[in-house]
Amino acid sequence: MIQADLNIIMPEIILSLFAIGALLGAVYTSKDKMGPMLVWATAGVFLALALWIGVNGQGTNPAFGGMFVDDAFSRFAKVAILLSSAAVLVMSQEYMQRKGLLRFEYPVLVALSVVGMMVMVSAGDLMTLYMGLELQSLALYVVASLRRDSARSTEAGLKYFVLGALSSGLLLYGASLTYGFAGTTLFSGIIQTATEGHTSIGLLFGLVFIIAGLAFKVSAVPFHMWTPDVYEGSPTPVTAFFATAPKIAAMALFARVLHDAFGSAVSDWSQIIALLSVVSMFLGAFAAIGQTNIKRLMAFSSIAHMGYALMGLAAGTVLGVQAMLVYMAIYVTMNIGTFAFILSMQKDGQAVTDIGSLNQYAKREPGKALAMLILLFSMAGVPPMVGFFGKFYVLRAAYDAGLAWLAIAGVIASVIGAYYYLRIVFYMYFGEVPDETLDKSHSPVLWGFLMASAAIMVLGLVNLFGIEGAAAAAAATLVN
Amino acid sequence: MSVAVFTFYLFAICTITGGLFTVISRNPVHSVLWLILAFLSSAGLFVLLGAEFVAMLLIIVYVGAVAVLFLFVVMMLDIDFAELKAEMAKYMPLALLIGLVLLMQFTMAFGVWEASDKAAGLRDAVTPTDAHNTEALGLLLYDKYFLIFQLSGLILLVAMIGAIVLTLRHRTDVKRQDVMAQMHRDPAKAMELKDVKPGQGL
Repeated sequence: MIQADLNIIMPEIILSLFAIGALLGAVYTSKDKMGPMLVWATAGVFLALALWIGVNGQGTNPAFGGMFVDDAFSRFAKVAILLSSAAVLVMSQEYMQRKGLLRFEYPVLVALSVVGMMVMVSAGDLMTLYMGLELQSLALYVVASLRRDSARSTEAGLKYFVLGALSSGLLLYGASLTYGFAGTTLFSGIIQTATEGHTSIGLLFGLVFIIAGLAFKVSAVPFHMWTPDVYEGSPTPVTAFFATAPKIAAMALFARVLHDAFGSAVSDWSQIIALLSVVSMFLGAFAAIGQTNIKRLMAFSSIAHMGYALMGLAAGTVLGVQAMLVYMAIYVTMNIGTFAFILSMQKDGQAVTDIGSLNQYAKREPGKALAMLILLFSMAGVPPMVGFFGKFYVLRAAYDAGLAWLAIAGVIASVIGAYYYLRIVFYMYFGEVPDETLDKSHSPVLWGFLMASAAIMVLGLVNLFGIEGAAAAAAATLVN
Repeated sequence: MSVAVFTFYLFAICTITGGLFTVISRNPVHSVLWLILAFLSSAGLFVLLGAEFVAMLLIIVYVGAVAVLFLFVVMMLDIDFAELKAEMAKYMPLALLIGLVLLMQFTMAFGVWEASDKAAGLRDAVTPTDAHNTEALGLLLYDKYFLIFQLSGLILLVAMIGAIVLTLRHRTDVKRQDVMAQMHRDPAKAMELKDVKPGQGL
């Protein structure tokens, strides 16, 4: 029995062993000089595992008595997490090295946090969920304050840690109430006890606290307070990491808890998620308008995007989960391209994050400006780009589930949100002549990621690279 | 009154007295000693319940480590407890209010709490039946919950890496011990033998 279980969690075991091996290897050899090599090696391992999981995985395999589930849904999320983490790691290498932040622990911590995310999306038990979540978050707290001689970065790490601990507390309180009602922490057990219509007050409280704890992790309003400060304070590559893989993991975990454990009480949680979704979309759209720092702007943008993804969950249907997965995949692809652009923004070797510095950018680097224009249009949800299809999917899922008001609110919020994306485009093409200009970036890696991401946003509208089918299969295994 | 009932009341009274005097005794060192009494008597209560492993933990961890640590802190730190108590009196109304809320919550939890019909069965399903409780805990921790146990190990590893990443500084102006250099020192180069004649000096 134990052999079969270990085979199922083999990708996680390999990644953990790699992280431990890399740590030991680097400590006993050349330490930080190994940094760049380890970054590439870790990205390589991520890529190999993503291929393995994507190609090799089949069926639904529960392990450890149902505490860990390997199914199409978790595999979809794992592949997305591994690929986006690999991309962000490769992107970050040059920047981190230039700033002297490339310590060998950085790729090791990222690898361990990815192990946590992989456990999260496969969780079949409240205890596994919590362990995965803590493993992921703890590593993220550390990388947030990696630039330890900067007050901003330290503040970001500390703020993230304190609020993260608070959210873990809420989550655990909810889990204990749920256990008190159901007598088990296994999702398969909880779903037997939670019945539609008549939900016990204890279970309801447990559900609400668990949702609040998870909403912290996906930074949905009203649990979003940490996001702008942490995004702004962390080193930019770390911000790029925050905006991608952990968001997929937390979203997938959200879907898994709601459908696997509380799937028989959809009407009870659907209204909570719908509320989180609508306030996130509007706050994200309005608060970003006044921002001049592009990292803070991306923070509010991610809050708004999480609102749309939650709209898919609020539908509570197979189509809803499918829409959420497609939306998250598109969101991550857009964000990787955008952060590749932000990472290349620099002047005299110093990173610049003020959007005013992008004035007349198109005159100097028309190629990159065009790629950024495509990405921003896609984020705003302008029709020919892939981002529009992501929004269209969640809106349709919400409408089909009888949440027409939510879909209408989503459309209004996306129109408001388009303003701040288009403002950057305006600066790049029609802005005033700036007094100082950004340096030309010569990084082929960043250029490659920016162009590839923009190309996907245009070419993807043919068939979304077949991601629809995979998402549909994933959603079907989760919702039944 | 059977022996078990008698011991139960004995331990229960000791626990409550210990707890009460922990709070009201004037000398902080006495407080800690009363606390130890409370811990020991609750360990006794656990033994009566048949949970000998928890009783053992209570004595080893709480009495052996935590209470001793408290005692050290109380004796080492120069805290004016009288002033602290005067400060506490200010917050009394708020504390009472919180206490009242907690009490109401407890009544709610025990009175109105409604568990699922299947809860009792599901709760018992995980416990190994024919094993005494140290063995049962071991079976759960290292066998059934193997995955979670290993994950908590990884979390501790991350905590350790994090602490080192965020605090370790390599200072260059400090002399460090280099074992190899020490062992490979050549005595002939490092020191010189002088033959000093008695009564002459160098």
